[in-house]
Amino acid sequence: MLRTLLSEDFPRSRALTAVVLLIVLGLVLAPFVFPGIRSLNTAATICIFIVLVASYDLLLGYTGIVSFAHTMFFGIGAYGVALSLKAFPASWGAVALGAGAGLVLAMGLALVIGLFALRVQAIFFAMVTLAVASAFLILASQLSGLTGGEDGLTYRVPRELSPALKLVSAKVMDVRLDGRIVSYYLIFGSALVLVLGLLRVVNSPFGRVLQAIRENEFRAEAIGYRTAFYRTAATCLSAGAAALAGVLMALWTKYTGPDTTLSLSIMIDILLMVVIGGMGTIYGAVVGATLFVLAKNYLQVLMASAAETTAGVPLLNELVSPDRWLLWLGILFVLSVYFFPTGIVGRLRGRA
Amino acid sequence: MTDQTSDASIPSPPLADRLKAQAPYWTVPGLAVLGLVLIADASTWGTLTLAGLAMGMLIFIMASGLTLVFGLMDVLNFGHGAFISIGAFVGATVLLALTGWTGADSLALNLGAVLLAIVAAMLATGGLGWFFERVIIKPVYGAHLKQILVTMGGLIVAEELIHLFWGPNQIPLPRPEMLKGSWVAGGVIVEKYRVLAVVLGAAIFIGLRWSLVHTRLGLLIRAGVENGEMVEALGYRVRRLFVLVFVAGSALAGLGGVMWGLYDEIITAQMGLNILVLVFIVVIIGGLGSVEGCFIGALLVGLMANYTGFLAPKVALGSNILLMVVILMWRPRGLLPAGKG
Amino acid sequence: MAELLRLEGVHTHIGQYHILQGVDLVVPEGELTMLLGRNGAGKTTTLRTIMGMWRASAGELGLAGTDLRPLATPDIARLGVGYVPENMGVFAALTVRENMLLAARDGAMDESRLEWIFSLFPALKKFWGLPAGNLSGGQKQMLSIARAMIEPRRLILIDEPSKGLAPAIVDALIEAMRELKRTATTILMVEQNFRMAQALGDGVAVMDDGRVVHAGRMAELAADPALQARLLGLSLGAHQ
Repeated sequence: MLRTLLSEDFPRSRALTAVVLLIVLGLVLAPFVFPGIRSLNTAATICIFIVLVASYDLLLGYTGIVSFAHTMFFGIGAYGVALSLKAFPASWGAVALGAGAGLVLAMGLALVIGLFALRVQAIFFAMVTLAVASAFLILASQLSGLTGGEDGLTYRVPRELSPALKLVSAKVMDVRLDGRIVSYYLIFGSALVLVLGLLRVVNSPFGRVLQAIRENEFRAEAIGYRTAFYRTAATCLSAGAAALAGVLMALWTKYTGPDTTLSLSIMIDILLMVVIGGMGTIYGAVVGATLFVLAKNYLQVLMASAAETTAGVPLLNELVSPDRWLLWLGILFVLSVYFFPTGIVGRLRGRA
Repeated sequence: MTDQTSDASIPSPPLADRLKAQAPYWTVPGLAVLGLVLIADASTWGTLTLAGLAMGMLIFIMASGLTLVFGLMDVLNFGHGAFISIGAFVGATVLLALTGWTGADSLALNLGAVLLAIVAAMLATGGLGWFFERVIIKPVYGAHLKQILVTMGGLIVAEELIHLFWGPNQIPLPRPEMLKGSWVAGGVIVEKYRVLAVVLGAAIFIGLRWSLVHTRLGLLIRAGVENGEMVEALGYRVRRLFVLVFVAGSALAGLGGVMWGLYDEIITAQMGLNILVLVFIVVIIGGLGSVEGCFIGALLVGLMANYTGFLAPKVALGSNILLMVVILMWRPRGLLPAGKG
Repeated sequence: MAELLRLEGVHTHIGQYHILQGVDLVVPEGELTMLLGRNGAGKTTTLRTIMGMWRASAGELGLAGTDLRPLATPDIARLGVGYVPENMGVFAALTVRENMLLAARDGAMDESRLEWIFSLFPALKKFWGLPAGNLSGGQKQMLSIARAMIEPRRLILIDEPSKGLAPAIVDALIEAMRELKRTATTILMVEQNFRMAQALGDGVAVMDDGRVVHAGRMAELAADPALQARLLGLSLGAHQ
C-alpha cells in the first residue's frame, strides 16, 4: 500500500524518513496542535509551496531545465479561479471552471514556450522564460480592468470554505470546526495527492527518460529518445501542477494579486527552496518548502530581536535586520550549489 | 604543387542568397518604416525613433559584454544584472556628491561629472566582475545549470548588498543642468540627454567593432568565440582572454547602469534584473556571441518599446516578446549567430 | 635517430569511458611517423592527449625530456607543437590571412616561409582576404596544415588529413607533405588512407583497442601484405 503510494521511491534514510514523517504529521495535526490563524496560515502556505516546489523540481532536478516562468503558471492557476469567482457567484462550478481554464492555459503556454525555446538551445530556455514571465507580470499589473492591476482581486469562495460554515457547534480540542478547517484539509489533501502524483511521474519510465536526458543528452538522443519531446512534456506537466498549486493558493487566501502569485521574488524563493531542500528528489521540495516557509515566518522575528540587541552597532545591526534575510539565504544558496548540490535531502541520505 | 581546387574559384552566391544574408541588417530600417506607417505622424515618429535609438544604444552597451562572455566561454551570467545596478548606485553616489558640478550652467562641468561617475562605476563593476569571475563563475565552467543557479544567487546577494549600503529605497537621480530639457526641431522633440546616449552608444559600438576587427586581441576574441579549443591549440590562453572580456563586459554594464539611471532619473536595486530581461531578449534576437547581432537586436528592442509604448502602452513589454518570437521563427539561432556551429 | 616524443603506458579516460589503455609510442626526431588503426582504436584521442586537450590519467608523456602531463594546451603549443585537428579547426568567420596571422604567435609572418607556403598551396594566396568559411573542404585542410607550417615547429600532429577528400586532392596533399618533410620537421600523422600512409610514412605505429599493437618501419609494413591484413584488416589493404 505504502509502496504503491510512494511509487517505491522511499526516503531511503532513517533521518529523512523521520523528518518527512514529522512534516506530514505536523501538517495533518496543525489546526489542533498549533491553533491560531497565523499558524494555520503558515501550514496552508507550506502545503501549497510543497506542491509548487515539487513541480519545479520535476523541471530543474529531474530534467535539468532552469525555468523562470514557474510563478507565471502558478499565477495563471490563481487568476483563473480568482476571475471565475469574481465573475460568477461563489460555487464549486465556478471554481472548477476557473481551475480548468487556468490549467489549460498554463499547459498550453508551457507547450508553446517549450516548443520554441527548447527546440533551439536549452540555454535559451532560462532567458526566454525570464523574459516571458516578466512580460506576463507587467501585463497582469497593467490590465487593471481585468485583473485589478497592482491591487489584485478579492472574491468570495464557496460557502463550505468560509469561516461562516460551522460543522459542529462544539469545539474540538478548543478549536472551532468551521470552513477554515475544511478549507485547510482540502488544501492539505490536494497537496498530498499532487505530490504523490509527481512522485509517480518521476518514478515512471517517463521520469527515467528525463533523468537519462539530464545526465547525458547526446547519449539519450543517440539511443533514440526525442529529447525535445520529453523536455516539453515535462515542462507542460510541471506547469500544470504549478497552476493547480495556484488554484489552492487562490482558494486559501481569497485574494489574488501580482505580488502574491506572479512576482519574481516568489520565483527566487522557489529556487532557494528546491536547491536548499535538494534537487531531483521531490522529498527535497517537501523539506525545503517547509523549512523556508517556517523560516520566512519565524526567523525574521528572530532577526528582528537580534537587530534590537545590536541596535548600537552600525553595520552589524543592518546585517541582522529582518529585511536582510534574503542576503543570508542568497549566500546559503550559492554555497549549497557549490558544496551541497544534493541539498538537505542529499546530506540526510548520505549520512544514513 | 598543382592545386586542383584553386582553379575552381569560389562561385559568387546568387543574388537571393546575398539578400538573405543581408536581411538582418535591414530589420532596423524596416521596423522604423513600419513604425512611420502605423504612427502616421512624422514628428511624433521622429521623437519616438530618437527615443528608441537612445534606449537601444543603452541596452547595447549593457548587452555587448554578456553576449561576448557567452560566446567565448559558453557562460551565461545572470549576475550581469547586478553589475548594472551597482554601476548605477556607484555612479549616482558620485553624481550626488558633485552637485556643484551637475548644478552648474556649464556643459563642460556637467559632462565632467557624468564622466567621473562613469569612470567610478566602471572601476567598481570591473573590479567586481573580476571578483565574480574568480569566485562565483570559475568553479562552474561547463555546467550550465549550476552557472544559472549560482549567478542568479550572486544577483540576489548583490541586490541585498545594495540595500545594505544604500538603504532600501529608490534614489532619485536628476540629470545635470545642461542635459535637462530638449530642443524642438520641426515638431520633433529632441531630448538632450537622448542625444548624449545615442552618441555614446554609437561611439562604443564603433570602438568595440573596430577593436574586434583591427586589433590582435579582437582577432583572438573572434577566433575564441568560434572555436576556443583551437585557439588554445595555437598557444593562446583562452581563460585569460575570457577574464579580460568578462571584466570589460562588467565595466560596460556599470557604464550602462549609470546612463540608464540618468535616463530614468531614478535608480532601484531591482533595476538590474529588470534591464537584464531586455538584455536577454536583445542577446537572443541578435544571436548569442555576436556583437553586431546584439547591436541590431538592441536597436530593434528600443524602437519596438517606444513605438508600442505610443501605439498600445499596455502591451509594450509584451511587444518585445512578440518581436523575439517572430525573429526566432525566422532564424532559430538569432539574427547573426556567431560560431559554435 | 634521437627520439623527440615518448609515450609510455598512457591511459586516458573520457567521462566514464576508458579510451587509451596504456599507449607506448616513440616518435623519432625528423621523421614522419604514421599512426594507423581502425575507427575507434584511439588514434585521435592519442593526439588530443599529447596536446593536453584530454588529460592522461596515468603514464608518461614527454617531449624531448619535458614532461607534458602537467601542462595546459597553450603551454604545450608554445613548446613548438603544431596541431591540425580532424575537423581542421579553421576559423570560418576569419579571413584566410587572419587564420594564418593567429598561427604566427608573435603576430608577424615570416615572408619567405609565407612564399614557400603559397608555392605549395596557391589557393591560399588566391583567397587570402576572404573568409575561410568560403573555402572548399580541401582548401580548408590546406589552410589548417599551412597554419602549422607558418612557424618552424618541433612537432606537428596531423589528424587524418585525407578524410573526405577526392583522390586528386589527396595526391596534391601528399606532394605538399613531401615538401614539408624536406625541412626535417617531426610529424605524427593519423591516417586511414593506406596509400597516403605508404607514400609518406617513415615509421609506423598501429593502434587497436586503445593500445599500440605494432611499431616498426613503414616500408616493412607496406611490403608485408600478411602483416597488413592481420593488423589493419583486409578492407584497409584493399584500398590500394
